[in-house]
Parts: sequence; C-alpha cells; structure tokens
Amino acid sequence: MSTSGTGRDRMLASIRAGISRQADRRHGEPAPSKPTPLIPARATAPGVDVVGLFRTQLINAKATLDEVASRDDVPAAVARYLANNNFEARVRLSPDARVSSLPWDKAPMVETSSGRSHGNDPTSVTPAVAAVAETGTMVLQSSDGTPTTLHFLPDQHVVVIAKSQIVGTYEDALARVKRGPDGSLPRTVNFVTGPSRSADIGKILLMGAHGPKKLHVIVVDGEL
Amino acid sequence: MSFVPTSNAFKENAAGALKDVPLQEALGIARHHSIQTRLNTVAKMPEFESLRDIGRDLKNHIIANLDHYLLQFEQSVIDRGGKVHWCPDGESARAKVLEICRTVNAKTVTKGKTMIGEEIGINDFLFANGIEPVETDLGEYIIQLRGETPSHIIGPALHVTKAQVEETFRAAHTDLDPKRNLDDAATLMAEAREKLRAGFLKADVGITGANFLIADEGATTIVTNEGNGDLTQTLPRIHIVLASIEKVVPSLKDAMTLLRILARSATGQEQSVYTTFSSGPRRPSDLDGPEEFHVVLIDNGRSAYLGSDLEEMLRCIRCGACLDHCPVYHSVGGHAYGWVYSGPIGSLLTPMLVGVENAKPLPNASTLCGRCESVCPVRIPIPKLLRNWREREFSRAITPQTERSGLWFWAFMAKRPLLYRLVTRIGARALFNLAGQHGRLSSAPLASGWTKHRDLPATQGRTFQEQWKAKKGARS
Repeated sequence: MSTSGTGRDRMLASIRAGISRQADRRHGEPAPSKPTPLIPARATAPGVDVVGLFRTQLINAKATLDEVASRDDVPAAVARYLANNNFEARVRLSPDARVSSLPWDKAPMVETSSGRSHGNDPTSVTPAVAAVAETGTMVLQSSDGTPTTLHFLPDQHVVVIAKSQIVGTYEDALARVKRGPDGSLPRTVNFVTGPSRSADIGKILLMGAHGPKKLHVIVVDGEL
Repeated sequence: MSFVPTSNAFKENAAGALKDVPLQEALGIARHHSIQTRLNTVAKMPEFESLRDIGRDLKNHIIANLDHYLLQFEQSVIDRGGKVHWCPDGESARAKVLEICRTVNAKTVTKGKTMIGEEIGINDFLFANGIEPVETDLGEYIIQLRGETPSHIIGPALHVTKAQVEETFRAAHTDLDPKRNLDDAATLMAEAREKLRAGFLKADVGITGANFLIADEGATTIVTNEGNGDLTQTLPRIHIVLASIEKVVPSLKDAMTLLRILARSATGQEQSVYTTFSSGPRRPSDLDGPEEFHVVLIDNGRSAYLGSDLEEMLRCIRCGACLDHCPVYHSVGGHAYGWVYSGPIGSLLTPMLVGVENAKPLPNASTLCGRCESVCPVRIPIPKLLRNWREREFSRAITPQTERSGLWFWAFMAKRPLLYRLVTRIGARALFNLAGQHGRLSSAPLASGWTKHRDLPATQGRTFQEQWKAKKGARS
C-alpha cells in the first residue's frame, strides 16, 4: 500500500464525497439495504427430482453423460468413451484419490499418468466438488490433488462424480468447497457448464474454442 | 494512450455504417439471433423478474456502501496473499500494470477479454513499451489482428463476417499454407485455437478483467464461454486483474443473484460455460496457478458520478442486452458510437469517461423507445439517464445553437397554454390542408430530414388536445 497510498486516498475520498452526496439526495431516508437473495424454485421446490433435472440440464449444456453402478466400473467407462469417439487411449488423472485410486488396471488399453497438464494431454479425468442440477454445472476447485490445468488444457475433460454429489443449486455446491485452514476459498473455483464454445465467427456457435471441446460426466451410483 | 474517441462524428459514422455492406450483413445475423434467444431462456425462469429487482436493489446497496466493500475486498485479498493497487485514472493503472510486468521482464502478456482494459488502452501502451499483448478471446483476437476496437460488449467482433475473418487470418497467419481451406467457421476457430495455444504457454503475465469482486472472500470472478480467461490466469507466473470499482459485491451469495441474470441477459444461455472465482496466488501445495495475484482497482471518473442523477449507470453488469435490443445499434453497429462502449449503455458511459463535450451526439443517438430499459437485468432507466445527459448538454451549452433555439422556443410555447393551443391548432389545420386528399406530405418546413426519405403522414386537422377533449367529454 505504501506505493499506492496517494491513489488509494484520492479514490476513497472521492467515493466518500459521492456517498455523502447520495445522503443529501435521500433527504433523511435510509440508505438502500442489502436485499435477501432469491434461490429459484427449479431445483429446490418440494418433490423436485434433482438427479433427473441434472441429467436434462447437463445435456442441454451440450455435455455427455454416462452412469455406472460402482467406482470399479469407471475405468471401463472411460475406455469405452475414448474408443467410441476415436480418441487417443491416453488420460491424465488428477492425483486426487477419488480418481487416481480407481482400479485403472481394469482398463489396460488406457495409458494413465497423473499430475498437472502442460498442454500435451488429449484427455483429463478429474473429480468435482459437486454437480449443480439447476443448470447442469460442474463445480471444480484447485487443491494439491486437483490442478486447474486439467480443467482447461485437454481436448476432452471427463469428470467423475458420485450421485450423492449432485445438488440442486450453486449455493449447495459452494457449501461443499473445501476451504483452507483459515476458512479461505481455494485459489480457484470453477463453474463449468458444458464444453468450451464461441459464436465469435459469424454468430455460428461452435464447441471447443480454447478449453475442452468435449465435457463428459460419469456418475457413479455408489461412493467414489 | 487510450483510444481517441470519434463519438462527435456519430452522424457521419452512422451514415457510413448504413452503407457498409458486410457490416449490415453481420448486424442482420445478430439482430435475428439475440432477441429470441433471450426470450426463450427467460421464459424458463419464472423468478427472472424478481431476480432483476434483487439485482437492482443489490447494486444500489453496493453503490451506497462502496468504500466499505472495497476496503473489505482489499483486506481479504491481502489475507489471501494477493495485492490490491488503487488507480484513480487510466494513466496510473497503465503505469502499475507496466511496473508489475517489468518485475519479471515480461515479453508477452496474454489477455482475457477486459472492457476496462480497452477503456484504458492497455494494449497500445504495453506494445509501446516493448511488451506484446496477445488477445485470447476469439472475438478480441480477430479485432486485434484487424486493428479495431470492440463493436459489442460481449461480442467484440460482432461486426465482422465469416468471410472477413478468413481474410484476416490469411493476412496474419502467413506461416501457414496460403492454399489451405478456410471455408468453414470450425476450421477458422481451430486455426485460432492452435495459434493462441502457443501464446498461452509462453506468456509471462496474464491479464483478465473481472465481472465481480467478492468482498468477503477476496476473490475476483470472470465469466466466459471459451475458457480463454482461465488459461490466461492459470498458466503465466503473474495474474493481473483489471477491475473498475463498481464491480465489487458483498458475498458469493450476492454474486449468485447477478450470475443468474447475467448470462440469460447476455447470450440467452442459462449459464455461461465458465465462471471462475480466483483468490490469491497458488497455495504452497497447489500443482499449478500463478505465483502472484494482483488486482488493479480503477476509478477513471466513476466516483464523481456517485450521488448524481446519473449514478444508476454504475449498476451496469456489462451484459450487452441493451445493445442487442436497440434499434439504433441494430442499424449502425458499435463503431459508429466512436469509442470502446457502444449502444445505449455506451451512450451513457462514454460521456462519463471521455467527457460529454467529446461525445455530444451520443445521448441523442436514441429514440428513447425504452427497449433497453425493458431488458436491462439491473433495471437501469437508460432513457431517463440519456435525458439527464441531454439536460446537462443543454445547460452547459454543448447542444448546437439551432437545437437550443428550437428547445427555447418550444419551452416558451409550452409555458403559455393558450398560445400553445392556438398555434398548434393553426399548424394542424394548415398541414391537413397542405396534404390534400392523400393525407401525406412530400415536403414540410423544418422536416426535410424526414421527408427526404419518406412522406410525412399529415395531421388529421385537429390537435391531440382537441381530440382528447372531444372523446372524454370534459376537461379533467
């Protein structure tokens, strides 16, 4: 702050002068209070099928979905996804145990490695904090086991979640973010709703602008 | 230096835009695209109108407590190991960015889309100081190659046709086979993806904007569809966030309100593809992420409008819905407005940022039809604020003399009801008689601007007030 003290003081003084003008204009009325946020009923109304809504919204967001019975089925599901789409049988895994400790020996044709990405990985496989039904959004976070580069650099991003991680709203998902010892957010939290896209060329909507061209979600019925 | 506005030449710019065939083609596509897309998405969210009310009230609350939330934000960023730099104007902000870049001898800087970056002209400044800025948003990349400014807040290359993108890429990517096939938009995008990947991986510093600053978390937020902003802030050693002061929101819960209205208003998506919250540099155990996290807080004249009759423009969350629904923008596109921000919100912001004397026509570049206000997610009364600018122009004698005389004359009449009624009665009957049996005039005094292009439908012989009186039976 010592280097920018003057600028800071000038800005704060100018803002405060504005705030006192506001008070003059209100003629004694109280300053506007903070409104209570409203959470749409779409994913919270009684009887809502949250998992069903998630499936629909994920597909609307142009991602793809696979559902398997147990964590042991995930490697085969990944192998199937890669083979069906003619993608290279090579994946970069988050070091996080929810992904790296899956029984990858059950999919011997898929070459695995784990760690951050440097831009040479065709496909990543990562866990998630939660999946949000209201818009089919995956919530991801950075940590020592979940590098952010895996969420953006590969051409295909496969996210593995347990069904119990599907929640209704963004607020529900944010409550599950793993915070630091001082209660702080991790360096980054990503909301990802479908694959990367752009309509900047002639308003034609295309997938795969910079981030992953495909987003594939595998939901495990049991625990991860 | 930041980009010199040509807003005072709006009329000439607009005349040129109307004759610009590729521009009209691009605008035609955009026109058909945006209105219906937004409507379809809004129809799926019954709470949308309530969310707009809450968004408006939230922004009003923030604007009334801006010092408090900015100080809280600053402390939270410091607590997470980041730095906050307070920059009253564009010059100090540019100098601060350069100073940070120099600490690592940066050669290239990648940039996520930032309107405040355009506003302060950061690219030209870095370039002049030997640092190559690489725009990574596909639209921004296209206009950077073409040496243009954005013509839309969220679709900066909205004015460019696919054929022009091909032309631009052939001219810029000279290392590639000149005979390659670029007919397809997908091929063009793949080429840009390839080119920009190299940029991402070699950049020393990444600069992004911010859609929101979360005060209690010390987090900045970006919303994109491409993922370019995330690569920009994840890969380089330093992440610099450029943000104007009014972007601060109290908490994540409050940000959710704005996130639920932003994408729906902007692109008609239920949610944008990537919404990213960033707080501080990488943690010691993190496997990736920047080593330094800087937030450059920029005022650039905004605080002077707090507590004024124009302060409601500071609620803007830069969705671009007012551009997408404006009949004037639809006809002339963004560049006619002559500076970084265009459309109805540009007509409010540009006079604030470059001085109303440098943007005289903009508050008048509107029919005040009110479509902008009807779609604004935070309910900015844009027509009212445009009128406020017009009043300021009038009182500061910026309005042209003929217009001032006309307004003076009208005011003189309006204050004298008997005289007003008499003169309008004579006028209405005279026009009726002049028009004859067709009821249309091919020319009329003081109306050549209209009659040059089409007939003027004539009055029907009686004034509005006369008809009102007749229909109601009595004066109320």
